Amino acid sequence: MRILETEHLTREFGGVIAVNDVDFHVEKGLVTGLIGPNGAGKTTLFNQITGLDKPTSGSIIFDGKDITGLPAWKISRLGIARTFQNIRLYKELTVVENVMMGLHFRVGQDPFHHRFTQALKSYLFASKENREVYRHAMEWLDFFELGEHAQDFAGSLPYGKQRELEIARALASEPKLLFLDEPAAGMNPAETAHLMDVVRKIRSLGVTVVLIEHDMKLVMNICDNITVLNFGMKIAEGTPNEIKHDKDVIEAYLGREEEE
Amino acid sequence: MGTLTLYMQYIVNGLTLGSIYSLIALGYTMVYGILKFINFAHGDILMVGAFIGLLIYNGLTGGEAADPGAWTLLSFFIAMIASMAFCALLGMVIERVAYKPLRNANRLAPLLSAIGVSFILSNGAAWIFGTQSRRFPYPFENEPIHIGSITVTPHQIVIVVVSVVMMFLLTFFVNRTRMGKAMRAASLDQATSQLMGINVNRVISLTFAIGSALAAVGGILASFDFRVYPSMGTMTGLKAFVAAVIGGIGNIQGAMLGGVLLGILEAVGAPLLHIPNGMKDTVAFAVLIVVLLVKPEGILGKNEREKV
Repeated sequence: MRILETEHLTREFGGVIAVNDVDFHVEKGLVTGLIGPNGAGKTTLFNQITGLDKPTSGSIIFDGKDITGLPAWKISRLGIARTFQNIRLYKELTVVENVMMGLHFRVGQDPFHHRFTQALKSYLFASKENREVYRHAMEWLDFFELGEHAQDFAGSLPYGKQRELEIARALASEPKLLFLDEPAAGMNPAETAHLMDVVRKIRSLGVTVVLIEHDMKLVMNICDNITVLNFGMKIAEGTPNEIKHDKDVIEAYLGREEEE
Repeated sequence: MGTLTLYMQYIVNGLTLGSIYSLIALGYTMVYGILKFINFAHGDILMVGAFIGLLIYNGLTGGEAADPGAWTLLSFFIAMIASMAFCALLGMVIERVAYKPLRNANRLAPLLSAIGVSFILSNGAAWIFGTQSRRFPYPFENEPIHIGSITVTPHQIVIVVVSVVMMFLLTFFVNRTRMGKAMRAASLDQATSQLMGINVNRVISLTFAIGSALAAVGGILASFDFRVYPSMGTMTGLKAFVAAVIGGIGNIQGAMLGGVLLGILEAVGAPLLHIPNGMKDTVAFAVLIVVLLVKPEGILGKNEREKV
């Protein structure tokens, strides 16, 4: 079953077509890799889907619902979470507070659409609610083996752990679909190996994962499906094994062999 | 009267003035906290608030002619709440029309837009209401009360009590409610907060609404001492801005503290340094210069270094 589908998705910046007529789809419950050389339009595609940027044309269907052009906060409420290539944590807050932030405004809990009685309840029982959210956040941290760092400032964690914290926060909002933008960028081999375990654990929770990654070992190891972009266009899709032997993909990465 | 009691009296007067500065400073600081932008039209919103409050009050009671009593006191609070609602709406409309379209523009653009809005509001008021100043009648008997050798008037008590109640409500809202939490999150990082499911546009509208409603209260309370006229917001607004900077701009407790501190420094400083009445305003700005030189982040502000 497809949880996400884009149809003829196009994003132009002036004369540059960053994403060109892309039909991208994601199967529910699987890990999908999105690869391609630098500037292929991978992050632009992510931005269209998560609502940070609006497509020039085409449509995005998530869970049977057309989400094309919706604002980011609405898409987040519908159950799509993401992390960034450059880490975006609340650096002045502690590790556990960052995860609490992901929990507080999770799916279906719109602070502006409370009925009066609910609003009153959130006034009166704020500390109780906080305790529950805190407990829940600690569970997520333990899941990611970050529990011992709960009271440290997010900005003080080592790089690899900051990335994992960002993933933990995204996951705490209990998304159906999780986008990871170059999660292994800048990680050492040990951290990358740990990240692979983390992604497998997320998959086992039943969350669908889409990741952009340049580390081919990681991509080939953990992805069920791979889509390849080049110059804004989809050039291939298939299982890791199919992609490894695809002529167009090899050409895009290595260039064409000169014929004598 | 001995020197000590004289200065005690100045401190009481400064406290009254300062709590008005605090209320107005909150609007500057909340908007800065989220948008990193100084809303220079904020002072004129307090003027609009004072005019609306005065019109409603006069409409309900018949103005100067009314004898102070339960009805005038009730009318005063009705006028204040109605004026708060009006200014909240005005603040949201101004944000939507004059600032929101410029959110991704050069940082100078919304600042200039704010100065434009400020001119439109003060000149619009002069056009509609005329330029003469009006008195806000006391809605209660304003017989001075003597406590030892210090004199306190009921209007001073009303100013302080109303201000304290407003600041308490705001603190409660920001710290205890989910909307307040959304507001604090947005002030840390707007883009990330969007991805946490927070409607940042709504948070910004709400911030302007609350700041403007507090300015309306400040304007009405200020008009007991300063009268109501179209340019009344300029100097009061500027001083409240100084108060916000002293306390640490972007910090809510800082704005409250800075306002009270500035009020007291003004009331005590002028007689202490024998500054003639016409030059009393120099105290506030001298304090501003000292703070900017010695502790530019303000008393409670965080020391943020610009990242390269």
